[in-house]
Amino acid sequence: MNNVRKHAKTAAWLSVLTMGLGQIYNRQYGKALLFLFVHVAALTAFFTRLFYDIGGLITLGDKATHLEKVGRRYVNVEGDHSIFLMIYGLLAVIIGLIYIVVYIVNIRDAYRNGQIRDKGGIAPSLAQTIRNVQNEGFPWLLLSLPIVGVLFFTIMPIAFMVLMAFTNYSAPDHIPPKSLVDWVGFKTFGDLLFLKAWSGTFFGVLTWTVIWAVLSTVTCYFGGIFVALLIHQKGIKLKGLWRTIFIIPYAIPQFISLLIMRNLLNDKFGPINQYFRYFGLDGLPWLSDPFWAKVSLIVVNMWIGIPVSMILVMGILTAIPKDLYEAADVDGASGFTKFKNITMPYVLFATAPLLIMQFAGNINNFNVIFLLTKGDPKTLDYNMAGSTDLLVTWLYKLTLDNSRYNIASAVGIIIFLIIASLSIWSYSRTKSFKEEDMIQ
Amino acid sequence: MKTSIWKLTLSYILLILIALACIYPAAFTVMSSFKAGSSLFSETFIPRALTLDHYKNLFQGADLSNKQIPFVRWFWNTLQVAVTSMILGTLIQLITAYAISRFRFAGRKAIMSTVLVLGMFPGFMSMIAIYILLLQMNMLDSKWALVLVYSAGAALGMFVAKGYFDTLPKALEESARIDGASHWTVFWRIILPLSKPIITYVSLTTFTGAWVDFIFARLILRSRENWTLAVGLFELVDNYQSTEFTLFAAGSVLAAIPVAVLFMFLQRFLIDGLTAGATKG
Repeated sequence: MNNVRKHAKTAAWLSVLTMGLGQIYNRQYGKALLFLFVHVAALTAFFTRLFYDIGGLITLGDKATHLEKVGRRYVNVEGDHSIFLMIYGLLAVIIGLIYIVVYIVNIRDAYRNGQIRDKGGIAPSLAQTIRNVQNEGFPWLLLSLPIVGVLFFTIMPIAFMVLMAFTNYSAPDHIPPKSLVDWVGFKTFGDLLFLKAWSGTFFGVLTWTVIWAVLSTVTCYFGGIFVALLIHQKGIKLKGLWRTIFIIPYAIPQFISLLIMRNLLNDKFGPINQYFRYFGLDGLPWLSDPFWAKVSLIVVNMWIGIPVSMILVMGILTAIPKDLYEAADVDGASGFTKFKNITMPYVLFATAPLLIMQFAGNINNFNVIFLLTKGDPKTLDYNMAGSTDLLVTWLYKLTLDNSRYNIASAVGIIIFLIIASLSIWSYSRTKSFKEEDMIQ
Repeated sequence: MKTSIWKLTLSYILLILIALACIYPAAFTVMSSFKAGSSLFSETFIPRALTLDHYKNLFQGADLSNKQIPFVRWFWNTLQVAVTSMILGTLIQLITAYAISRFRFAGRKAIMSTVLVLGMFPGFMSMIAIYILLLQMNMLDSKWALVLVYSAGAALGMFVAKGYFDTLPKALEESARIDGASHWTVFWRIILPLSKPIITYVSLTTFTGAWVDFIFARLILRSRENWTLAVGLFELVDNYQSTEFTLFAAGSVLAAIPVAVLFMFLQRFLIDGLTAGATKG
């Protein structure tokens, strides 16, 4: 027994020692060369650059830009740029992780091929291996490009933002290259939640975000059901035409309809107020009064969101088994009873998970708010936010207009926590729906 | 069952009112785009004097208080970005969905939950890092950087396509594999031809996604002549408030036409995709 597994163990240990050694031992020279090359390249990179970069991630630099006396003059000497150090450090860590994964793959590969030899076979050549990868590793081959893309353009940036929440990277005092950025632990979160200057704005904006998400979801959802039922009624002619007309708002690019709405609702020249005046009324400050701006947002969002709900509900309505209604007719049920006991439960059941996802989407509904009101009208009660700002639009302003990166990141993390807990809850609910076996 | 007359009448009145509300903003904008003058205010719904000047202005590159409006350029930029992102994004999204849907391999569950979790971060959490990254690669203010950002994230929207692939019978590939076809051949020759509805849906959504995106376009495209329509039209409204409404209206009509036309022709696919995505959860 001991003798039989000898090749596998030897090859694996050799590969632990140096990438590719085990493969040489298994007489897979082509593959060994590839692994060795990766190994040498990685080690060179680590010793020339990457260890230094990881160090930079830990210290975030120790020399700020300062004046130095050179001869008789003072010269401005560039200091460390903490944020670049952070990004490079992060990249180095990612490369390090990839290196570790490759290393493990290398050891496993040596072990497996050693096993093949233990059983009296010959380890496959490079050409054979490539063929094997095309077969067994095919899904990974397909996924390699998407994974690299997501790694560098989604995961790394998110990791960077999360790290930023734990630093003091923020205007006016800690903006590189002028000055250094330092790790501060949970201080940013503490400031956001308990420091008066921030907490007032945070809880105010959070409250409106929740109100907005509830109202916009509920109005669109029930609006959609209502419109779908309206078209679906017996006796309504031209059902297809109505449907096509009602989807028009969905066919127009959102940013265009929102910018148009912003003009339509203009206080002085907008046609809406013009019609009000036509009837002898004063018109309303649609976008310039905090309360009416909120009303306008909800109404405009209904205009944009109802078509989608309507399409979905119409799909469900046609799927309700006809015999349910026929059975109800036999029992002499009234129209209202049928609606209450068959149609509504069916629609609600089928769309409940969707409702939660829409709610989560509305918490992050950047476009509607930013393009219609930009978060305005401005208010003195809030710090860098207007009275219709959601957490996301506030985050955007904190980042792009005010360079308060650490606070913005902390807000982002909090949004994530809210949405993640909602989604997990909804996920478990959906599961229970499926188990109940009412639909499908 | 009898439906009372007054109930039907009421329903029709409601339908007509909703239809008016749906059409009005678009109709008003189209009318304004042909209206003489530049103001938002209009005495009648159908303008007294009609003109094509605003469209002409856009094509000739209008000057607004010394600021060029290179509309044709913006349109061309948007088209380039949208078409390339559509091709790359669709490919990446389909490949990801196919791999996840049709193969069972170690790490599959982990990838699926990672995609779910990543979807919960607000998209622009990644903004600053992307900004600095592009700055370092000297790719800021480039259309292709925008394409890169859109396509790199395309894999995360794979769930609808995965749901579609799940419905194709397994026997399809199995028999082809037995006949000796490679995985690539199966994907290109057997799966893709069967997937026209989902290809159409994914292409349409990635195309319009890139066409209408405002957030990343505004972040990455710094100089005026590199802007896309979304950024350009936003600035037009934001800078001039309502004083140049007719010009903006003409621009909006032109910007909305490609998307609206695509939508009208491909409505069926879009609705099927939406419904599928919703019931799959």
